[in-house]
Amino acid sequence: MNAMTGDKGVMLTDAQKKSRRRRSLAIALVLAFLCVLFYVVTIVKLGPGVMKKTALPEITVIV
Amino acid sequence: MSLISEERTVRAESLQGFAGVEDYWALLKPRVMSLVVFTALVGIVRAPGEIHPVLGFVALFCIAIGAGAAGALNMWWDADIDARMERTRGRPIPAGRIEAGEAMVFGLILSGASVLMLGLLVGWLAGALLAFTIFFYAVIYSMWLKRLTPQNIVIGGAAGALPPVIGWAAVTGNVAIEPLLLFALIFIWTPPHFWALALLKKRDYERAGIPMLPNVAGDGETRRQILLYSLVLAPAGVAPFALGMTGPLYGAAAIALGALFLGFAWQVYRRREGETAERAAKHLFAFSVLYLFLLFAVLLAEGMAR
Repeated sequence: MNAMTGDKGVMLTDAQKKSRRRRSLAIALVLAFLCVLFYVVTIVKLGPGVMKKTALPEITVIV
Repeated sequence: MSLISEERTVRAESLQGFAGVEDYWALLKPRVMSLVVFTALVGIVRAPGEIHPVLGFVALFCIAIGAGAAGALNMWWDADIDARMERTRGRPIPAGRIEAGEAMVFGLILSGASVLMLGLLVGWLAGALLAFTIFFYAVIYSMWLKRLTPQNIVIGGAAGALPPVIGWAAVTGNVAIEPLLLFALIFIWTPPHFWALALLKKRDYERAGIPMLPNVAGDGETRRQILLYSLVLAPAGVAPFALGMTGPLYGAAAIALGALFLGFAWQVYRRREGETAERAAKHLFAFSVLYLFLLFAVLLAEGMAR
């Protein structure tokens, strides 16, 4: 199960490579989940009023 | 051996414990986490007012991650103890699959992220309570009390009792009597629950040098304390009903389950020798889990039916 060393640097065993791949995949899934979560929470927090145009305040010009 | 190959050897050795995803998951103590999520959910559902389902989910998610982070920090700190105990020997750090420092960083990052997320997205009172819970479990309980006093789990139980209060605070932005009663319920439930286990795992705790009550004060005193706490727990379980905060279903369940709890505690107190004593402790431990689960399940059902 130990990694091997050689001229090419650290050589991982197949089990270690598989383990690293699974960890990378897990990190990717967590990041994707967080992206979706933050997007949805942003929409929820903005609320339905975000689509309404607010009227500009009237400006009275005194000449 | 040249310097470069020496360095490579060191790097290779450090890769011996190449952990899998399941090891990081185990660091989060998923079984404890599930109980925390469940009790926090009850706090959210019982709270007056409304929370958007997405924000409710975020609150639960953050509480779960915060609880997991506290678990990882506990495993980092207690790695030496875990290695000496049969029950915990297979955990990722003592088994050599994850390095202790790695678990610490993992726990710290998750702690910070969960508190920040809960504070920014849901509310700062809930975020602050979660931060306090993590601090209490990792520092007050794990680092300080656990190896110091047989009252470790009595005081440390506060960390496990806070999730319904956090859930409530996530919805209302404040804390009221009802979540404090739920806090008290879990807080009083913790000692008889853990001491029943401590009676069964006395040798394990002795080997690890943890001053659990049976190791310090003896089995007899532990049985007496279990009975005393159970005598307080039964009425504490009924209190939310008695104060008019719950429906009759909860009241009936709390009375029946409290009486059963007392019955099991009485058996532990009475049966002191041999296999029957061990069986009584096992029964109390198993029933204590069921007791808390059923009471909170009824609270959840009543809250959802409102």
